[in-house]
Parts: sequence; structure tokens; C-alpha cells
Amino acid sequence: MAERYISLEGIGRRYPNPAGGGHTTIFEDLWLTLPKGTFTCIIGHSGCGKTTVLNILAGLDQSSEGVVVVDGTAIEGPSLDRAVIFQSHALLPWKTVIGNVAYAVRSKWPSWSRAAVLEHARRFIALVGLAGAEDKKPAHLSGGMKQRVGIARALSLQPKILLMDEPFSALDALTRGTLQDEVRKICQETGQTVLMITHDVDEAIYLADRIVLMTNGPGAVIAEVVENTLPVTRDRLDVHRHPAYYPLRNHIIDFLVTRSKAFEAERRALELAGTPWQARQPRLVRPGFSDPTLAITPATAAMSA
Amino acid sequence: MATDRLRALALSVLILAAFLLAWQWGVQPDPAAGPAVDPEYAKLVGAAAATGGQTPMPGPLEVMARLWHHLADPFYVRGTNDMGLGIQLGYSIARVAAGYVLAAVVAIPLGFVIGMSPLLYRALDPFIQVLKPISPLAWMPLALYTIKDSSTSSIFVIFICSIWPMLINTAFGVASVRKEWLNVARTLEVKPLRRALTIILPAAAPTILTGMRISIGIAWLVIVAAEMLVGGTGIGYFVWNQWNNLSITDIITAILLIGLVGMVLDQALAWCARAVTYPE
Ligand SMILES: Nc1ncnc2c1ncn2[C@@H]1O[C@H](COP(=O)(O)OP(=O)(O)O)[C@@H](O)[C@H]1O
Ligand SMILES: [Mg+2]
Repeated sequence: MAERYISLEGIGRRYPNPAGGGHTTIFEDLWLTLPKGTFTCIIGHSGCGKTTVLNILAGLDQSSEGVVVVDGTAIEGPSLDRAVIFQSHALLPWKTVIGNVAYAVRSKWPSWSRAAVLEHARRFIALVGLAGAEDKKPAHLSGGMKQRVGIARALSLQPKILLMDEPFSALDALTRGTLQDEVRKICQETGQTVLMITHDVDEAIYLADRIVLMTNGPGAVIAEVVENTLPVTRDRLDVHRHPAYYPLRNHIIDFLVTRSKAFEAERRALELAGTPWQARQPRLVRPGFSDPTLAITPATAAMSA
Repeated sequence: MATDRLRALALSVLILAAFLLAWQWGVQPDPAAGPAVDPEYAKLVGAAAATGGQTPMPGPLEVMARLWHHLADPFYVRGTNDMGLGIQLGYSIARVAAGYVLAAVVAIPLGFVIGMSPLLYRALDPFIQVLKPISPLAWMPLALYTIKDSSTSSIFVIFICSIWPMLINTAFGVASVRKEWLNVARTLEVKPLRRALTIILPAAAPTILTGMRISIGIAWLVIVAAEMLVGGTGIGYFVWNQWNNLSITDIITAILLIGLVGMVLDQALAWCARAVTYPE
């Protein structure tokens, strides 16, 4: 078992009802561990609270209860150790490409000389394939290039964990594919710990080591954690030919189509079967391999409901 | 593009020529009415009295000659009521500059604080809403009473009229900095002062400069009126003095120069605004 590098321990988030009186619980008692050097994707329907989980981990949002522990200490707000790649790239439009990356580098290492900062920034701009575009302003870049700058900015911090909130959802399919390849390559080379949010099943299967399935809110829970059974060396273009691919994909799609809505019934069924669902220890499932957890299919869940 | 601009320029020249011709034609003495006054009589009582106290409206040629006369020697001083137009404009510009810089020094930091604190924003809003619509000249008696110096009072009036657009725009610009840029600063653990200077200031700069441009326009409008009121020196006083002298030619010359200086001030601020504007 890998060490518990980052762990969410019983976090919850509530918003006061706008009509007044009481609260809406987006989620509560959420437990999740991210082993060092792994790539985890959270998948779930829009509005279930994925962004909220990521923002709490980033320190940009505060949990109503529970703690987030990173490398043995509970976090208090944002940190340079936890780099965020924003969905909307969030580049500073008055700075050039290198200006944006150098701003991050200078924030992390204020004592570095100007030359050292620029050198470091240039290295990460080249890493995402933008060498030559250093002096362009974001307004003169395509959507994919802007997202690359955002990735270079986050990677240049050499963070303990990389947090990405649907980083490629605004891009066209071709650009998305290329960027997925690059992110995967970089993360494998650097052994980066990554948490990424997506609603693209194929993206999750291609990139992630583990896929966290979140049920619909309010009161969303982590139904289970799916282990990616595909080999580590995978190719985006023929990953779908692997025998483990379709069981994995079908499992996730089944979850999104039916189980995410009716998890309460499934939970009661599990309870009756004597293998209760536990918030603290979301089950690890390996679709495509004979595993007792696979006995719970949408059909049986619906039957017991 | 280039030909469009050339056409517009040609049209401008045409409009100007038409206006000058119409003006010249309009001020021509009507020959059909015959000589309005007997020249002998006019010589006797003076031209002004002969036309019934009515100074004839000057034509564009007279104004141009007068303008040339002023521009040839703009900085002479021959007594308190007889100074070159350059000196008078200089007084006005100096007062505007003093009041305006003071206003900027107060408004921009204060606007920053107000913009960053929703509580202060809401608490100060009623005061700003009441103070903003007050005509700056309404402050003049109060200023003269407390400051007791007419020139300083004019500067105070400029200060009070140029502070509001800068204050409001700075507060608004700072308050509406995109949340995602602030989140970038937060994840990079940027300290408050560095955040203010490297994120909020550049993000809000175009809005702040818009406020500063509105302010300089108002300040230049107000200084003429303020100087007419308190007298002494300045282009506003010059206009009023020439009205007392019934020198319409000088008044028109001054009006033209007031417009030109106002345009230069506005364009200077517009240039600064362009320099800090970023495309998104
Ligand atoms: N400031 C807020 N006030 C009230 N409710 C909010 C606020 N922000 C988010 N929510 C609610 O929290 C839920 C989860 O939001 P979010 O984390 O953005 O979902 P996701 O990223 O999974 O689409 C949504 O139902 C949303 O309406
Ligand atoms: Mg989201």
C-alpha cells in the first residue's frame, strides 16, 4: 500500500439556503487518500461538488468540517506546494507568456536572480512545447496554447501536487488529445502527484491510475474508487483495443447513467448483503477482473431498491 | 484605411473653410443699410459710443491676426491686468495640475482601500453619492472663507471636482478585478502589498485611467469658471477682463486656446490609458 501522502479526512461543505433557514449540504464526511506519485481523476455529474473538493484541497475554499492533510500537516489556505491549473487558464493578460511563468517562479523562489528566474521559466515553457512564443501576450495565443502556459506555470513551481479542474474541457478534440499526451508524459517523467476533475470518461481512463466516482448531490458521496486496470504504458490512439478497456469504460458509464442517481438504494442493498458502504474507506474496484464488488450491477441495485 | 483617413481630413478642412467663410460673411457690415454712422460723428465720440455701445463682432481674419499677435509674444508682463496669454494659461495649467495631482494622491490610495473592502465601499457610498453632484463652484465661498487665498481656493476647487471620478473609478476597478486572477495570487502565496502592486493595480489600471481622464476634463472646465469668479490671474480671469474691455477678439482667441489646451490634456491622458490597457 502506497503511503498516504495527501488525505481528505471527513471534509464537508454546506451553503446557507438563500431562502433563509438551514443549510444545503453539498457533501459531508468525505474521505479520500491520494498516494504519492499517482494520478487520480474525480468523475461525477455537474453540480455534485467536484470543484468544491478541489478548491478545498487547493485552499481556495474552506471546508465546513474535516481537515485536509498534506505530507503530515493539516493545510491552512493555499500553498505553493499545491499548484492549480485553472479551467479558464487564468493567465494575467498584461503579462507575456514568460512574464506569467516567471511571476510564479519569482513567487516561489524570491531570492533567485532575474536570470535564474527567466532560465527556469524558459525551461518549463519549452517543456510544454511553447519555445519561441515567450514574448507573446495571452490575447495572441490560441486556447490550447493558453492552457499550455497555465500548465507550464503550475509545473514550474515543482509542486507536491498538481490540481486540475477540467483543464481541457474548453478545447477542441484534437488539441485536447495532444495536451493529454503531453500532460501524461510530463507527469510520468516527474512522478507528479495529480488530482484532476473531468467529466470525460475516456480522458479519465487514459490519464488516471485511479478514478473516483462521485454520486449526484446534494449530499454527494464517493461511491467507489476504480483502479485503472490498463497497463501503465498506454497509447491514446489504441487504448480502446485493450481487453480491459471496455469493462472499465462500461463500469464508469453505468455509474454515470444509473448508479450515480440511485446510490441510496445501492447503499441499502450493500448493507443487507453484509458488505456496507463506508465513507471512510471507499471500496477499490477493478472492473474486468473477477471481483466480488462487481456483483453489484445496476440491475441488482434496482431490484433491491 | 489610409484613404478613409485622408477623406475625413479633407472633409474637416472643408467644414472649417465653410465655417470661416460663413463667419466672415456674417460679420460683414450690411452695405444696403448705408453707413450706419456718420464718420465725422464717430471720430468725435469714439467708435464704441457711435455704434450705440455695440462692439462690432470680429471676423476670422481679425481673430487670426490677434492670435498671431498673442502667440508671437505670449509671456510678457506689463502689469497685473496686462500679461501674455502664455502666462495666463500657465497660471491656469499650474492650478489644475496642483489640484489634480493632490486629488490623485488622495483618491487612488483611498479608492484602493474602498475597493478592497466591501464594508467600507458600502459605508462610504452615501457620502460619495451626496458629495459628487455638488457643483465644484459651490465650494468656492467656503474655500475663500477658510483658506482666505484666492489662488489656493481655486486649487481646492479643482481638487474637489477631480477627486470623485478618480475615487469612484479606482474603487470600482479594484472591486471588480477578476476573481481568478486573485486566486492565482492566492495559490502563489503572494503577499498583500505585492498583490496590490502586481495584480490589482495592473488589472484596474484601465478603469483608473478612465477616471483620471474624466477628472482632467472636468478640472479644465472648472478652472475657467473659478478664475472668472476669483479674478487675479489665469485664462478665466483673462476672458472676464477682456469682456470688461469689450475686446471680443481677445475673448474668441482665448476660447480657442482653452479648447486646444483641453484637447491636449485629454489626449495625454488617453495616451496613458492606451499604454495600460491590455487585450483579454
Ligand atoms: N457560493 C455558493 N453558494 C451556494 N451554493 C454554491 C456555491 N458554490 C457552489 N454551490 C453549489 O455547490 C454545488 C457544487 O458545486 P461545484 O463544486 O461547482 O460542482 P461541480 O464542479 O461538480 O460541477 C452546486 O450545486 C452549486 O450550486
Ligand atoms: Mg466544476
